[in-house]
Amino acid sequence: MKSLSALLPRNVGRRGKIIWIVVGVLFAYSLPLLELPLISTPDVDFAGVLFTMAIYVLVALGLNVVVGYAGLLDLGYVGFYAIGAYSVAMLTAEHGSLGWFAALPVAVAVAMVSGVLLGGPTLRVRGDYLAIVTLGFGEIIRLMAVNSDWLGAAAGVTKIPAPPNIGSDSAGIFAIPHLNWDAGYPLIDLSNKTEFLKFGVLDATPYYWLALTFVILILIADVRVKDSRVGRAWEALREDEDAAELMGVPTFRYKLLAFALGAFVGGLAGALFATRQGFVNPQSFQLLLSMLFVAAVVVGGQGNRWGVIVGAMLVVYIPERFRGFADFRVLLFGLALMLLATWRPQGLLPPLRTIKARAMREKLADLESGDDPEASNA
Amino acid sequence: MQFLVDHFFELTITGLALGSVYALVALGYTMVYGVLQLINFAHSEVFMYGTFAVAWTFTLFGATASTSTAGIIGLLIVALFAAMATSAGVALLVERTAYRPLLSRGAPKLVALISAIGASFALSEAMGLRDRITGFVGLDGPLRDYVSGARDNQSLPVSLDPAPVVTIGDYTVTTIDTLVIVSALLMMIGLDQFVRRSRMGRGMRAVAQDPESAALMGVDSQRVVRVTFLLGGLMAGAAATLYMIRIGTTRFDAGFILGVKAFTAAVLGGIGNLRGALLGGLVLGVAENWGSAIVGTQWKDVVAFTLLVVILLFRPTGLLGESLGKARA
Repeated sequence: MKSLSALLPRNVGRRGKIIWIVVGVLFAYSLPLLELPLISTPDVDFAGVLFTMAIYVLVALGLNVVVGYAGLLDLGYVGFYAIGAYSVAMLTAEHGSLGWFAALPVAVAVAMVSGVLLGGPTLRVRGDYLAIVTLGFGEIIRLMAVNSDWLGAAAGVTKIPAPPNIGSDSAGIFAIPHLNWDAGYPLIDLSNKTEFLKFGVLDATPYYWLALTFVILILIADVRVKDSRVGRAWEALREDEDAAELMGVPTFRYKLLAFALGAFVGGLAGALFATRQGFVNPQSFQLLLSMLFVAAVVVGGQGNRWGVIVGAMLVVYIPERFRGFADFRVLLFGLALMLLATWRPQGLLPPLRTIKARAMREKLADLESGDDPEASNA
Repeated sequence: MQFLVDHFFELTITGLALGSVYALVALGYTMVYGVLQLINFAHSEVFMYGTFAVAWTFTLFGATASTSTAGIIGLLIVALFAAMATSAGVALLVERTAYRPLLSRGAPKLVALISAIGASFALSEAMGLRDRITGFVGLDGPLRDYVSGARDNQSLPVSLDPAPVVTIGDYTVTTIDTLVIVSALLMMIGLDQFVRRSRMGRGMRAVAQDPESAALMGVDSQRVVRVTFLLGGLMAGAAATLYMIRIGTTRFDAGFILGVKAFTAAVLGGIGNLRGALLGGLVLGVAENWGSAIVGTQWKDVVAFTLLVVILLFRPTGLLGESLGKARA
């Protein structure tokens, strides 16, 4: 449990931490069943929104490794997402009939290898150039999907199978009723049930549970990696690449590792997306999506995993919650990005170390100008 | 391959014409990058507003297919000024709303990028929803000619008939090709001379080299930044006019892919380097045409990006290197 306990504030006892984690996880799993008023999106299926959120959280966690920890600006992250999605489509529907459990690891591996292949030659290029090179990469992946018949061309690939059901195919093992808040207090709604565990077309809840499970696994891995030698090496090279190199950090190798791990998570998210969707086509992987991903990471607070999770959820939730303004949501989203950037330049939840560093800098500046309140009191 | 050999001159000259448009837009990216070390993501929208200014000028003066040649030339000149003014205005708006509030607080670079992406979304969607937005204030009726079909292609109401100028190989160069290439070159020479010789240009180079020392020497860096955006906008407006002469059609999201291409051109030539932007634009335009002749038009963009990656591998700072600051007077 050591890894999980690092996720919580330090002033709760060990047992308290475990209880909090269990409650939090249970709450996250039960969200689509609770159908909470105010939070739930009135105009669209809430479980579907939750699933999209979980996918974006995965993407944001992966991109956070690249942008937040290692400080490499990747504007083509959608490329890895597309590679994951298309790999699943190719292996299960178009050119093979692998089962879902066999296809997923292959898809993720393909994404990771593509990360290494892209990173190998390009990570030697300076930071800002990396942005445009990766941008080009994302667009090349999409254009290949559009123009290659082998990849299904513009129409894409359909009939991607769902993951295998647990229990009987018609009803699962048991069914869990949702709640209904129409009366102002919760009632158990027996007409609206989710079968455990049947991956159907109508109910997105099982897919959400699947994605949430992966989010938790990746989160644990993220905590472990960040606190390891690797995580410290990333931070060192983000802050000052030359200094890190002089201290004996093999910067190129660590950058490549960050890129590969980022691609791994991006591919995983893409594979899950394709599974839920049942089809893939190039329109799902527009370059704008890359911008959204970067926005999620930066708005939340790059480098802080909780921050990017919040950022990812906002990026999905805000447009869905206000579907009423359907046509205007991109416009409003753009304005919201500008406002957020101006209002909280460090992101909503910046990493602790950034806050500390800033406080330190301000104190130094005060001392230099000679009007430090503490100094003048003394 | 045979197609490339057969149509070599045609592909080269149309490539140069397209490349000059890329180069003009690339100047905006390269100058902002040179001065602020920021990728101005909203610059593609600055260009897009210029293309609409051109189309609207033609609508405003009631141009039809029967307008005389002299009339069209006059309109084009008016449209050029309208587009340059519009683009410069949008560029200054972007500077004011998306950059200045952040820069004055010393926000990290990546955040300015996000803010610019936000501005880009907002500007492009505002154009795509112009019928609805004017509808709020009840102006969608009177302005119908300008705002209807906000999400569709908008074309010039006249078709520009190019006259032949000279035949090279088997391709007849038209007035439009000549106009586009020559005016782009003239604009760029003018800008280059401005940055090299004028007092303001010296200030820009100083800020690009070392903002702190420049400030100590009395350069008003805020003003330099504003002028940089203004010049980038003017060039984008000119590019928009040439683009409309050559392509004739625009849309609320037409800026995006052209912006990406222009930025590629800027990086290709060496970002922050004005002459690099010109070279990068021309190389990109020609290479795209040749490449798509060999592997097929649908791979045009792939050719462009692959070229970029290959060149950056061998010349990591672009063809001419980065040097807005290093340019000698």
